[in-house]
Amino acid sequence: MERVIVLTSGKGGVGKTTTTANLAMALARAGHKVVAIDADIGLRNLDVVLGLENRIVYSLVDVVDGACRLKQALVKDKRVENLFLLPAAQTRTKDAVRPDQMKALCDELRADFDFVLVDSPAGIEGGFQNAASGADEALVVTTPDMSAVRDADRIIGMLESLDKHPIRLIVNRLRPNMVREGNMLDVSDVLDILAIDLIGVVPEDDNVVTSTNKGEPLTLNSISPAARAFDNISRRLVGEEVPFLEVDDMTSGGFMARIRRALGLKG
Amino acid sequence: MSFFKKLFGVGQSRQTAKERLQLVLIHDRADISPEVMENLRRDLIAVISTYMEIDDSNIELDLEREDRSVALVASIPIRNVRRNAKVADKGQ
Repeated sequence: MERVIVLTSGKGGVGKTTTTANLAMALARAGHKVVAIDADIGLRNLDVVLGLENRIVYSLVDVVDGACRLKQALVKDKRVENLFLLPAAQTRTKDAVRPDQMKALCDELRADFDFVLVDSPAGIEGGFQNAASGADEALVVTTPDMSAVRDADRIIGMLESLDKHPIRLIVNRLRPNMVREGNMLDVSDVLDILAIDLIGVVPEDDNVVTSTNKGEPLTLNSISPAARAFDNISRRLVGEEVPFLEVDDMTSGGFMARIRRALGLKG
Repeated sequence: MSFFKKLFGVGQSRQTAKERLQLVLIHDRADISPEVMENLRRDLIAVISTYMEIDDSNIELDLEREDRSVALVASIPIRNVRRNAKVADKGQ
C-alpha cells in the first residue's frame, strides 16, 4: 500500500515544509517506513526543518544525473526508525529535474517505502509540476487568509487536471482567538470556498518556531497544539477516524468561548 | 454570534474576506479574461442599440455573487427608446 503524496500550496510561506517534516516524523513514529523528498531544488529547507542538514552528501539531482545511487543519497534519521530524507540540490535550478525523471524516482522509492512525501516548491510552474508528477494523491496546505486560499484554489484546479486523487486540505496556522472574534476565515469558510475534503486543522503555535530552531519536528516529542494536530493528520492519512478539534479546543478556551458554550452558541 | 458582535463591537472582517474571496474566485475559475468581458460588452451594446439609444460610456458590467449563485449584472443607462424599435424588430 505504498503511497506517494505531494504536499503543495501555491502560495509560499504557508507551512508546506513544516507540515511535510511533521507528517513524515509522525508516520515514521507510528511504524511506517517514510521518505520525505525535498523537491524545492535551489531553495532547500526540509533538511533544516528535519535537523538533518549536516548529514547530506548527495542530492535528488545527483540521483537523477546518475552521479550516485538512490540509496547513497537517502539520509537516515537517527532519532526514529524508518525515516529518510532525499534532499534537494542547493546549487541547481528547478529545471534540473524533469517530470518523467521525478516520476521514475518516486516509482523506485515505492519498492522500499510505505510513504513517499514530496515537499513541493511554491508556485504553479515547473517546480510544482515536477513535484506532483510522481504522486498519486495530494495534500494542499493553506492558511486562512485570502491570498493563500485563492492560490490554493488555483493549485487544486491544477491537481485535479493532473488526476491526483484524493486531494485533501490542511488548514494551517489557524488563530482560534481571531476566528472567535470574527476576524479570520474559519475552517468552514475555507471549505465552503474550496470544496474539497479536509484532513486537518493546525493552530498557530509558537512551538513550531522553536522546533525549527532546534531541527526537531514537533511530532518527534512534543504535545503542543500543533504537534497534536499534525499527529492527528498522520493518523487520518492511514485511515483512522480521528475527530477534528473544535476552535475552542485549540487553546485553553477564553472567557468568551466558555460563555458561548454555556449558551449553546458554539462555533 | 451576531449578538456578541453587537455587544462587544468585535470585527467582521471574516465575512468581508469570505465574500471578497468568493467573488475573486468566480473570475479565477471562470477564467474570464478582460478581453472576453470587453467582447461581451461590445456585443451587448450592439444588440441593445438596435432597440434603444444607450449611454455606452457609462455601462457597468460585472459578475456578481448573490447568495449561492452567480449573476451577470449589467447597468446600462438609456438615453432614449427608439420609436420604431418594434417595427425594426419585425422587419428582420
